[in-house]
This record gives sequence, C-alpha cells and structure tokens, in this order.
Amino acid sequence: MTDQDFEMTPAAGNGLMERRGFLRAGLAGGIAMLVAAPATADRPAWTKTPGTAMNGYGSPSRFETDVQRVGIGSLPGTVGTGASRTPLEQLSGTITPSGLHFERHHNGIPDIDPDRHQLIIHGLVERPLSFSLETLARYPMTSRIQFLECSGNSGALLAPTPAKRTCSQLHGLIAASEWTGVPLGVLLDEAGVKPEARWLVAEGADAAMMSRSVPLSKAFDDALIALYQNGERIRPSNGYPMRLFLPGWEGNMSVKWLHRIKVTSTPAMTKDETSKYSDLQPDGTAKLFTFPMGVKSVITNPSGGLHMSKPGLYQITGLAWSGAGRINRVEVSADGGKSWATAALEEPVLTKNLTRFRTAWRWNGAPATLMSRAVDEHGSQQPTRDSLIAERSRGFFYHYNAIQAWRITRSGEVENVYA
Amino acid sequence: MFTPDRWLGTAFCFIVCTSAATGTWAGEGPSLGVELSVDEVAAVDITVMPDGEGLPAGSGNAKAGTSVYVANCMACHGEKGVGGVNDTLVGGHGTLTSDRPQKTIGSYWPYATTLFDYVRRAMPYQTPGSLENNELYAVTAYLLHLNGIIEEDKILNAETLPEIEMPNRDNFVWAYSP
Ligand code: HEC
Repeated sequence: MTDQDFEMTPAAGNGLMERRGFLRAGLAGGIAMLVAAPATADRPAWTKTPGTAMNGYGSPSRFETDVQRVGIGSLPGTVGTGASRTPLEQLSGTITPSGLHFERHHNGIPDIDPDRHQLIIHGLVERPLSFSLETLARYPMTSRIQFLECSGNSGALLAPTPAKRTCSQLHGLIAASEWTGVPLGVLLDEAGVKPEARWLVAEGADAAMMSRSVPLSKAFDDALIALYQNGERIRPSNGYPMRLFLPGWEGNMSVKWLHRIKVTSTPAMTKDETSKYSDLQPDGTAKLFTFPMGVKSVITNPSGGLHMSKPGLYQITGLAWSGAGRINRVEVSADGGKSWATAALEEPVLTKNLTRFRTAWRWNGAPATLMSRAVDEHGSQQPTRDSLIAERSRGFFYHYNAIQAWRITRSGEVENVYA
Repeated sequence: MFTPDRWLGTAFCFIVCTSAATGTWAGEGPSLGVELSVDEVAAVDITVMPDGEGLPAGSGNAKAGTSVYVANCMACHGEKGVGGVNDTLVGGHGTLTSDRPQKTIGSYWPYATTLFDYVRRAMPYQTPGSLENNELYAVTAYLLHLNGIIEEDKILNAETLPEIEMPNRDNFVWAYSP
C-alpha cells in the first residue's frame, strides 16, 4: 500500500496538499507498517534480558547523543562570550529541552551559590528590599509557556550570498520553555514604586554584570522573576538561580542571573542598549529600545543540510512566533512563493510562544523552493527579505524576521537560498 | 487570591492603559522582603546614569590612563584601541551611513557615562572589578581622548564626565516611549 492510494486535494502549487488528506495518509501508513511486520520474527535482544535500573536524573537515549546545541562560538580569546544554538531541525513539538536552549553569554556562566544570592530592588521606591530564594518560594507564582529569542537571531541571512547553513545554525537563537516564577509587579508593589518612576535597570550576577533598562510598564504587565524552567530550577546556562523573563521582547533584556533591579525615571543607557542592541538606520540615525520581536516563521523540516531520500509524500513542519501575541496564520509555498497553502497550526496556540505548523507535500522529485510566512493576531505579516533590507540600513543586524526559503535540489539536498 | 485570570486581567490592562500599572499587584505577596539601609544599597549600586548619577568619587585624565590601558586592556583591544583581537575602541567616524558602518565609542556611543559604567562592571575581561575608581576615570579619559573627544589633560570626575557631549548623541531616536 502506498500513499498514492489516498486521495488528496491539492492546496497550492507544486504538490502542497490539504492538511486533512495528510492526516488520513499518515494513519494509513501506520496500518500498512503493522501489516508488514513479520509475526514470527525472533524477539529483539532488548526484550530477552532485563532492562537497567532506575536512576536519579534521566538522560536521552545513547542513540541520541548527536542532538546537541550547534554553532557554538565565542569571541577570540574567550570561551564564554558568544552563543550556542537550539538544534531546531532535530526537535519537534514546541517546548525546547532545557539543556538544548540556546545560549548567549557575555562573560561565561557564573557558578552561583543559591544560598548567597539575593535579589535587591532599590532606586525610586519607598522601601529598598532584598529577597532570598527561600523568601521568593513563599510568593505567588505563575507559569507561562513562551519563547525567548535573541534579537541577533537569523542575522547571518543579511550576508550578500546565502550561507550553506542549517536551520539551527541560521535561526537557532530561539527556544520556548515553561517559565515559572513570581510576577515582578508583586515585588515592585511591595517596594512601593514612586510616581516619577518610569524604568528599571536590571543587572545580572555574571562577570559581565549584564545590565539593561526596561520600561516599568512591561515590568507591571507580564514580567516574571523566573525561578523554574520546564518544571525544574533554571539551568545555570539560563540564569540559575533566577532570571528576568520579559515575554516577546529581545532576549538580551531578560537578564540572566538577576540580582539587582534599580527603579529609575530614565533609562541608564547601558552599553548593551546603546552600543549593541540599537538599530542603525540608512540615514545614520539609530533606533534605541526596539524591544518586541517581530512576527516570524521558519520551516524546520525539510531544511538546510537535510536530505530528502526520494519523491513522495512528506510533511512540511516548522515554527512560527510573534513577540506581539498569538500566531494567526501560517502559509507555506512549494513553488518559491508563487502560490501559498494555509498550514495547520497545532494547539495550543499561545501568546508569545512558538506555534508548530504542519502541512502535507507530495514532492515530485523536481527542484522546489519551500517557504513559510506568518501573520500574527494583530495582522502583522512576516516580510520578504528584499522588503526588510530595503527599509533598513546596510549595517542593520538585529530583529531580522524575513521569510526563509529552502531550495530542494533534484538529488534531494536542501539548502538555504534567497528567493 | 492569585489566579491565572488575574494575569490575563493585567495583560489586558496593559493594552488599554498607557502608563505603568503601579499598584496593580499590591497585596498579592506575603511581604517578606528585607528592608535595606542606604549604605547596604550604596555598596551594591554600580549603575551610572547619563546625568552622572551613580558616579563615584575619584578622577583621572588621559595621560594617567595611558598606563592603565597598556597594562590592562591593550592585549585584547590593541595599541591605542585599534587592531586588537577584540572590539575596536577607536575610529569609525563618518562611517555610519556607509556600506560598512564601524560602530565605536567615538563614532557611535551616545553617552560618555556608559563607558565608565561598562568598564567598571565588565572590564578588564579576565579580572572585572579590579580597577580603582581613579584608574577607571583615567582609562575612560584615555579612550575618549583617542577618539578625539577630549584633550589629553582634561580631568574626568563625577562632574565633568557627564558634561561630555558625544559626537553621535543626537542621532539616536527612541523607538519606545514610556
Ligand atoms: C582578555 C581580553 C580583554 C581585555 C584585557 C579587555 N577587554 Fe574589553 N572586551 C573584551 C571582549 C571579549 C569584549 C566584548 C564583550 C562582549 O561582547 O560582551 C570587550 C568589550 C569592551 C568594550 C565594549 C566595546 C563596544 O564597542 O561595545 C569596551 C569599551 C572595552 N572592552 C574596554 C576595555 C577596557 C577599558 C579594558 C581595560 C581596562 C579592557 N576592555 C580589557 C576583551 C578584553
């Protein structure tokens, strides 16, 4: 039985199929496999001997050791000033395993003793306060499943010629987690914010003492003092024992290893918000405080560096997200953007979180160009690369959110192209 | 009682309200924060504001800063701030509208106070926090002098540093207004 036996309705050009058709075919494929399995086969070795014992903290199968963060790079002469990337094409669903969450550090990962770590809130407040981890455990907590993206993510796609890189090498500075912690507003209200206050300056306890200014309105809206990630204490590489988490905003502001918050009336104009995370415009002016991450999507399978074995039915899947809210729609093209089919969005579609999209595609074996484009609940659309570059300066780097194109060659190789 | 609905209510408020919702969370927590004295806060507060608030006592000029730089910074940032393995700290003037904009302290940074703040918190890279205040003022002066922004003998301290007008300051526009 082959997938050809199933009737599928075309949804757009070059083999894109209605998503219901895909589900039917997938189900039937499973049945076909069951039928094909020999009934009298010898039992596999692992069914003929007892398995191993329980252990205190589990790890992935020994056959999965190649699933690692990728593109690990640090500035010359340093080991901890750089980034590692989430292996997007090797994962599915929407939650990123904590150990595979991308990293971006400025002077390594500090080894913080939680018993000696305090969060201090001071500045324009009635009462400067200090909170230990033990005290924070008594505060009301909430969990939010949301993405975190470095605003330098995908910046490599500004290169004049498309780099032959994988999806995670190009787009891996994104991850999603369930973040659990104390709403920052609770602590600020306890300290008593003075009327003239408009900003806060957050500082980390790493060797770079990373420091960013954050509008107070964001702090009172949905900011968390995050203590847990995916159910366990935040990993050192993600800010142990606590980090600021600012949903939808550029990752650098979600200061890791958070130990001090100063409430102010103006921003501090720290190095990272002026020299680094500002956006130079074509006329030489530069935008400060471009906080929200734009609407974006990328096909994770098939994607750069992967190989398609032979023509037939495939599932195209990927991730979409917006720093402004929920994803409303994702469209996929298999003919380089000439025609588009609406992809199925997997529930739950959460605000400021990764949304998984899927669509069925019958590859006929000819070269094809796959693309995805997302629209969020506010109607913001993911731009094309050309239009994004036209409106920015040549020196622009942060907040690249253009449509990604993957070219599939006749031999089934998948590569990054500009289309 | 704290519930997810409470969360949503606040998120909604953010959309319709324009200013910070101070007081929205009052009474939500058990109020266990330990109050700090002025001295306890001063001991940890290293934030320097553009108006100079937070700058410590001490002073230095570019002359004195030369030796601080050579001993503590040059290995990574190169002689006179150029040609090192890490960030170029000098030059790039007039390149911001070109094909290859070069953002340095001199060509790009809007505030001189940022330089003091950053070097105090993060540099020298291997031993952050190791420089005295006088050395910090001096090396700040040295880098500003190399960028043609101040004279070699100009003394920087808590009063004079925030007065410096950086060449590119007026080219920054806020994409966010509180
Ligand atoms: C061991 C190498 C090393 C030494 C020594 C060193 N730095 Fe750095 N410096 C770095 C690295 C690496 C960065 C980039 C940090 C980052 O990107 O987070 C940096 C960044 C900077 C920046 C920011 C540049 C920009 O344009 O954003 C300044 C300013 C700076 N250093 C000044 C100094 C001063 C002043 C000293 C001496 C007191 C010093 N550095 C010593 C490695 C070094």
